[in-house]
Amino acid sequence: MIRLAAITRVFRMGDQEVRALNGINLDIASGEYVSIMGPSGSGKSTLLNVIGLLDQPNSGRYELDGRDVTGLSETERARVRREKIGFVFQSFHLVPRLTAAENIELPLMLEGIAPAERKTRVDAALDAFDLKDRARHRPAELSGGQRQRVAIARATILRPTALLADEPTGNLDHRIGAEVMELLEGLHHAGTTLIVVTHDRELGARAHRHIAMRDGEIVADEK
Amino acid sequence: MNLRDTLTLSFETVVSYRTRSLLIVLAMALGVAAVVVLTALGEGARLYVVGQFSSLGTNLVFVLPGRAETSGGFPGAALGQTPRDLTLEDARFIGHLPQVKRYAPLNVGVAELTSGGRLREVTVLGSTSELLPIRHMKLSQGSFLARGSERSAQIVLGSVIAHEFFPDGKAVGQRIRLGDSRFLVSGVLAPQGESMGFNSDEIVIIPIDYAQELFNTQSLFRILIEARSRTDIEPARAAIRHVLKLRHDGEEDVTVITQDAILATFDRILRALTLGVAGIAAISLAVAGILVMNVMLVAVAQRTSEIGLLKALGAPAADIRRLFFAEALWLSLAGGAIGYALGNLGAWVIRLAYPQLPAWPPNWASVAGIATALLTGVIASLLPAARAARLDPVLALSGK
Repeated sequence: MIRLAAITRVFRMGDQEVRALNGINLDIASGEYVSIMGPSGSGKSTLLNVIGLLDQPNSGRYELDGRDVTGLSETERARVRREKIGFVFQSFHLVPRLTAAENIELPLMLEGIAPAERKTRVDAALDAFDLKDRARHRPAELSGGQRQRVAIARATILRPTALLADEPTGNLDHRIGAEVMELLEGLHHAGTTLIVVTHDRELGARAHRHIAMRDGEIVADEK
Repeated sequence: MNLRDTLTLSFETVVSYRTRSLLIVLAMALGVAAVVVLTALGEGARLYVVGQFSSLGTNLVFVLPGRAETSGGFPGAALGQTPRDLTLEDARFIGHLPQVKRYAPLNVGVAELTSGGRLREVTVLGSTSELLPIRHMKLSQGSFLARGSERSAQIVLGSVIAHEFFPDGKAVGQRIRLGDSRFLVSGVLAPQGESMGFNSDEIVIIPIDYAQELFNTQSLFRILIEARSRTDIEPARAAIRHVLKLRHDGEEDVTVITQDAILATFDRILRALTLGVAGIAAISLAVAGILVMNVMLVAVAQRTSEIGLLKALGAPAADIRRLFFAEALWLSLAGGAIGYALGNLGAWVIRLAYPQLPAWPPNWASVAGIATALLTGVIASLLPAARAARLDPVLALSGK
C-alpha cells in the first residue's frame, strides 16, 4: 500500500545541502508492523513525515493505496492525511485547552461529521482506550500514559489505514511505554499498518520488519 | 471543518485565553464606545441648536441694519458714516410685500421696572401685536399688545417678572412703571425657558412706539418677518432687499438673513463636527485593530505546534486560516457589542446630566462603529491567519 520510489529530500542549512533522504525505495504492504531505526540525523523521522504526507520529497514518487500522491495539492494532502494516516508523537501533541474527549473529537470535527455521531464515536473510543473517567479532564490533569492513550485514540478515531508513531514511548517510563506499545500492537492486530520510528533497540525489535537507516539511506531491511 | 464547528472551536479558544481576550475586547469596546458617545454628543448638540432655532418661529426672515458681509463693504464705511437707520417706515413697507405673511419690528433695551416698592432692571422688547404669533410665544394670562392700539401704554410681562412683582398672580390690569412712564399690564407670557441664550421669562414687551421713545431711538434693532410659506422665503428675502435698497437711496445697507440659511449653516457645521469627532474616535478603533493583529500574531507564534498538530490531523490550510479568522471575529464582535452597550450607557449618562441635550447616538454611527470594529478585527486577522495557514507542518510540530 505504501510504495516509495527514489525518494529524495534535501534540506538546505546555510550554504550546505543535507540529504535527509537519499533515493529511498521502500514498499510497505497493508497490515505490516515496521520499525525504522537509526541514529539521530539518519533521516528516519523525515521518512515518516514523507510517508505521512507532512513533508514533500524533492524528487521521487510516492504511491499510497495505489494512488500517486506526490504531486497533490496542500488541500488534497490534508484530506489523504485525515482519511488514511494517524500520527502518534513522542510529545503527544494534545491541545491543552481541550478536554481528553474534545482532543479525540478533533479529527471528526475536521472531517465534518455531525455532532451526534461524533459523540457516539468518541464515547466508544474513550471506552476502548480505558479513558472513560478521564473524558472531561484536560491534558495537564492526565498522566503521561493517559495522554498518549488520548493521542492514540485521536489518531485512530477515523480508522486510518496506517498508524505512524515517532518515538511513541520516548517520554514515558518503561512500564507505561510497554503498555502503550501493547496498545499500538493491538491496533496492528486489528489490521492497521503500524510504522514505528525509534532508536530504542528493544522497541524496534518488537516489530515484524526492521528497517535501519543511516545518512538518509536504508542500510538494512529485515523481516 | 464546517462553519459551526469553526465558530465553536474558535469561541472556546477565545474564552480560554481569558486575560488576553478581555484586553482586546476592552480596547475594541472603548473605541466603539468612543464613536457612539462622541457622535451622540455631536448629534445632540446639533439637534439642540436646530431645535432652539426652530422654536424661534417658522419661515422666518430677519432684517438687521448694516451689512454683515465684509466683501466690498458699503461706500459709507470709508467715509466714517454709520449705516442708515432701519426705521418703522421700512418695516411697514416690508409688511406690504405679497410674500410676507406678517412682520414685527423689534427694539431691545434695558430699563428699570418699578411697582409697589419693588424695582429691578429688565430687558425690554418693543414690538407690535404680531410678535406673539411670529415668535410662537404663548400667554398664560390676559392678552398681548392689542392690534391697532400701539399708542396705548400696555405692557406684557415675562412669567418670572410677573411672579416677582405680582406674587398673588393677579398681574393683568395692574399698573406698573417702566422708566418714567406708567404702563397697564395687559398680559403675562407663559413660561418658555431659555431659547438661543435669551430668556423670554425675564423680559417685558411694550408697544414699539413707547420703546423707541424710552430708548430715544428711531432705528430698529431687527425686523422679524414671517414668509407666507417655505417656498416664499427666498422670494421674500429678495423682495425685502430690493425694497430696502430703493428706500435707502440704492444702497444695500441692511442684512437680510433667513432662518433656513442659519439653520442650514448650523446643521452643516455641527454635522461636520460630529463626523470629525467620529473620525477621531475611529482612529482608536484602528489602534485596537493593530492590537488585535499583534495579539493574533503572538497567538500564532504561541500555538505553532498546535497548528502543526491540526495539519497532521488533516486540517487543510483553509480550515486553519478560518479558525484564526473566526477568533478575531469573535473578539471584535464582543468588542463591538460591549462598546455599543458602553456607548449607549455613556450617552444615557450625558442625557441624564444634561436633559436639554438630546444626546442620542445616531444609527449610522452605531452601525459604523460596530462595522469598523468588525472590519478592523477581520483585516487585522488576515495576516496572522495567513501566516498560521502557511506554516510548514513538520517545523510547526517541532515548535519552530
